[in-house]
Amino acid sequence: MKNLLKHHETYVLLVIIIFSAIITVINPRFLTLENFFDVVKSYSFIGILAVGVTFVLISGGIDISFTAVATVAQYVMAVMIIRYGGNIFTAFLLAAAVGISLGLINATLIYFFNIPTIITTIATLNIYYGILIVISGGKWIYALPGWFRAFADIRLFTLCTDEGIKYGLSIITSIWILVVIIAWVILRYTKLGRGIYAMGGSMNAARRAGFNIFRTQMFVYSFTGLMAGLAGLVQALLVQTVAPNSIVGKELDVIAAVVLGGASLAGGVGTLFGTILGVTLIAIMSNGMTLMRVSSFWYNVFIGLIIILSVAFSAYQRRTKAKRAIAVEVE
Amino acid sequence: MADLFLSMKSVSKRYTGVQALDRIDFEISKGEIHGLVGENGSGKSTLIKIISGVEQPDEGARIEIEGQAFKHYQSIDSILKGIEVIYQDLSLFPNLTVAENISLSQTIASRSRFISWRRVNDIAERAMARIGIQIPLDEMVNDLSIADQQLVAICRALTSDVKLLILDEPTTALTKKEVEALFTVIKDLQSKEITTLFVSHKLNEVLQIAERVTILRDGKKIGTFPSRDLTDERLTFLMTGEKVEYSPYEIEEPQGVPLLEVRRLSKRGNFKDINFKLFPGEILGITGLLGSGRTELAQALFGMNRAESGDILIQGRKITIRSVQEAMSQGIGYVPENRMVQGLVMQQSVANNIVITILHRLINKLKMIDRNKKKDCINSRIEELSIRTPATDAAVQTLSGGNQQRVVLAKWIGTDPKIFIMDGPTIGIDVAAKSSIHEIIRNLAIQGVGIIVISDEVSEVFHNCNRIMVMHKGRIIAEFNTSRTSEEEIQDYINMAS
Repeated sequence: MKNLLKHHETYVLLVIIIFSAIITVINPRFLTLENFFDVVKSYSFIGILAVGVTFVLISGGIDISFTAVATVAQYVMAVMIIRYGGNIFTAFLLAAAVGISLGLINATLIYFFNIPTIITTIATLNIYYGILIVISGGKWIYALPGWFRAFADIRLFTLCTDEGIKYGLSIITSIWILVVIIAWVILRYTKLGRGIYAMGGSMNAARRAGFNIFRTQMFVYSFTGLMAGLAGLVQALLVQTVAPNSIVGKELDVIAAVVLGGASLAGGVGTLFGTILGVTLIAIMSNGMTLMRVSSFWYNVFIGLIIILSVAFSAYQRRTKAKRAIAVEVE
Repeated sequence: MADLFLSMKSVSKRYTGVQALDRIDFEISKGEIHGLVGENGSGKSTLIKIISGVEQPDEGARIEIEGQAFKHYQSIDSILKGIEVIYQDLSLFPNLTVAENISLSQTIASRSRFISWRRVNDIAERAMARIGIQIPLDEMVNDLSIADQQLVAICRALTSDVKLLILDEPTTALTKKEVEALFTVIKDLQSKEITTLFVSHKLNEVLQIAERVTILRDGKKIGTFPSRDLTDERLTFLMTGEKVEYSPYEIEEPQGVPLLEVRRLSKRGNFKDINFKLFPGEILGITGLLGSGRTELAQALFGMNRAESGDILIQGRKITIRSVQEAMSQGIGYVPENRMVQGLVMQQSVANNIVITILHRLINKLKMIDRNKKKDCINSRIEELSIRTPATDAAVQTLSGGNQQRVVLAKWIGTDPKIFIMDGPTIGIDVAAKSSIHEIIRNLAIQGVGIIVISDEVSEVFHNCNRIMVMHKGRIIAEFNTSRTSEEEIQDYINMAS
């Protein structure tokens, strides 16, 4: 029990439960399987981005450019499959390849010029996005191939409501689940994953201990790029249109979700479980407000408040811990 | 003569403009505990770097390890020969668990790309068993005391086949008890035929643990001596080339209104029922172990840790000190325990650090800082305290520890304090610089400032204070007049209490 209270995740989970209870009381439709599958599906896009961001934050860096990477990957993928045809696998490969390449550019700039990651990725965000807009002219793409639409409708299993509406676990959601599992194994059970934590904890000590900083950094940023590429694809599957301006601007939402889940901007700290909870919290906030018929502008206010509360709470915990550590046993 | 583990002949190292090491011959026998002492800049760190292969010596050096000569001695050679350095900063990962930190070198060395957590725990448990300690495996290193962190670092070194363990200033942040525990571990390693090189500037500790001591001064080796032939004084002399004379600080029995009086001051979990008086010209020593409440008390007097009950009187007037600003306006100055974090803005210039406390006095009619006044003030402080700095706009972090501490003193002296509280005024400062800091403290007292010196070195308070209080578990358990006591008596009190 005491161990449980030490974890940030426990508190996030608690908040989620309380929110869910409140929303359910006001609108019982919230706590239905149908709504659950629906929310999980629509948040798989943010969820996949969040996995990538978790990696960078743990490594002690930050990536702002991932939304631009997602946009570029999505756009390139859409143009290519429309012009040259293909199938869902080529779509995946294209999005992944673009994501990884742009991630590698980030990593190279960061490692060789030793520029702070936030500056580098703000710059590359603008560059990637700018070039895309210049070349595409900001044109939206609607005419996606039929097989692309068909793939998005696949469900791994299907249930039916009393009114006869079908719902179930979408293929899109399962992409998210798969990504999380792979990422979890990497972070928890590979040398590379532990190297990411080590690097975020103390770059100097990691170097002295013999971790290959260059390789780890390359991996982290290209992995974030890959996640962005996949997220771009997933978003295209979800909305079935490709608009160059629909993703950029969501960076802070994603980073906020990850930080809510316990990852530290100072590096070295964070878990995938926490990130999932962070995304969940944001998701039910948004969904709950819709169901409670609260204006969506309030959503931003609430997210801001939750972030402040969460950060203040962690700071408070740290302070009480520090106080306990210096306390003198007075007789 | 026992077998040699390490033999270095004629090792020199020249950096641009500085002869860091000058033809050093250095030997360590197998299984011995060897002490290495020297002031800052004497070449200790350079020597360690050469032994660990991080730096290469200049032409003409000969290095042999276990009889094997090396042409180009590199860090991989030192690793293969089982040489492990534990640096002062320990190089641990605060965000990882004890088990993972200990087994990390093995994890990196293993060929598998995957981690077996069972193996990680096994390695850590075995390493801890070797020196008979127990720290919870899944505890975050961040949450451990410095002493435990040090043990974790030692355990990590033990996971590889270590033959020579180099400890660089290992006791800086340890309490006396923890130092004793560390020494037990080092002795225990010796019985397992692990050689230790103990690098420190705490002379009494070096003499206590080491069998032989090598002394460096200005990049030259002064000699290697069996520690039973050395005393604190002789070692100090060999290190500095100067004889440090202690004359006790004595003053007339003070009378009249005390500068500062504390009555029944208490705060839960910090200190309890503290009563004392401080008169002008006094240097009052407060000693006690780490965690005895001495720092908490000092911070209470400086408005950083407000007491819950009791009175503080300044020149007979009852006052409350709620903030640092209020303490300063009452004429209190404070030199914190950790000058790097609390005392100085390390990246800022010497000049800016000196005037930071008195900016309001340097303001001209336009409400801007008067450059000439600022310059005068800085120059006179630098001269007064003989701060050695290449320029007034050099960053404080480029100065030596002793000079940094002078800057801290300078910034408070500028405020003309009536009461000066110094927490560990000479921590991490080498011997010669130490005595000059003590000199500054005395001069301030002679000018009528009331000074409180907090230190865990009994000899420091004994030689510099006219009165000494011993704190234990948040209370003052004894008070001595220095002229009527001895260092041993005070030490006995501290030992008895703990």
